[in-house]
Amino acid sequence: MNDKIREHLGSKIVGIAGVGGLGSNCAVALARIGVGKIIIADFDVVSRSNLNRQYYFEDQIGLLKVKALKMNIFRIDPHIRIMVHNQKVSSENLVDIFESADVLIEAMDLASEKCSFIENAIQQWPEKPIISGNGMAGWGMNHELITTQYGNLYVCGDSISEVSDEQPPLAPRVGIVANMQANLALDILMKDFIYSTDE
Amino acid sequence: MNITLNHNQTQLDAITLTVRELLTIKKFTFKMLVIKVNGVLVKKDQYEHFTIHENDDVQVIHLVSGG
Repeated sequence: MNDKIREHLGSKIVGIAGVGGLGSNCAVALARIGVGKIIIADFDVVSRSNLNRQYYFEDQIGLLKVKALKMNIFRIDPHIRIMVHNQKVSSENLVDIFESADVLIEAMDLASEKCSFIENAIQQWPEKPIISGNGMAGWGMNHELITTQYGNLYVCGDSISEVSDEQPPLAPRVGIVANMQANLALDILMKDFIYSTDE
Repeated sequence: MNITLNHNQTQLDAITLTVRELLTIKKFTFKMLVIKVNGVLVKKDQYEHFTIHENDDVQVIHLVSGG
């Protein structure tokens, strides 16, 4: 069954806007299960403070995040196609970057960026599923991390915990939400999977 | 009127409201919102004019920083 799932996912495309804590961990989960093509967009470089939660390594400090993530995914599976966009996602480049994606992952940092990405994407593609990561700062409170559906927009997280000095983003909770996003993307991508028993 | 607000039945003391009026009444003070009415996106520059009617399905999603 695992081979059939991989074969099915091999034809799928997931677009990820932002590859910080949410996006880098989500991309790795999707790569491990065999999503055929992953589009990643981010303008940032890896810094030491990212290493408490993001899927990068100390010797990658200073590298572009999209390049470092591509390297890391290729170490997991060199057959996955990674489309790299070293740029800030905006209404101007949204279509060029993400048109082909079956599912979009919103994994940006600032609430204002999240808002405009979601608004622009809904306006451009009313039917395309968008999975947003919203509220995952701090620690504990596992039971608060949920998914809420608003039509084709899905929101994963607690929708409350904003990043601050007292409440930083940390690997466990960020990783949970990143994997909730990946798990939901998988669920959506498996909707047209045909179960067969001819083995 | 009765509307559905974030999946909950809600009764409001008005026949129609603009999106902005609804946000004020329901005390949505946050700025970073994505709003859908009957599945259709209502952008920020429409809040003052877009009206909500009986039985509308209104979704107000509040975004917070972190990712």
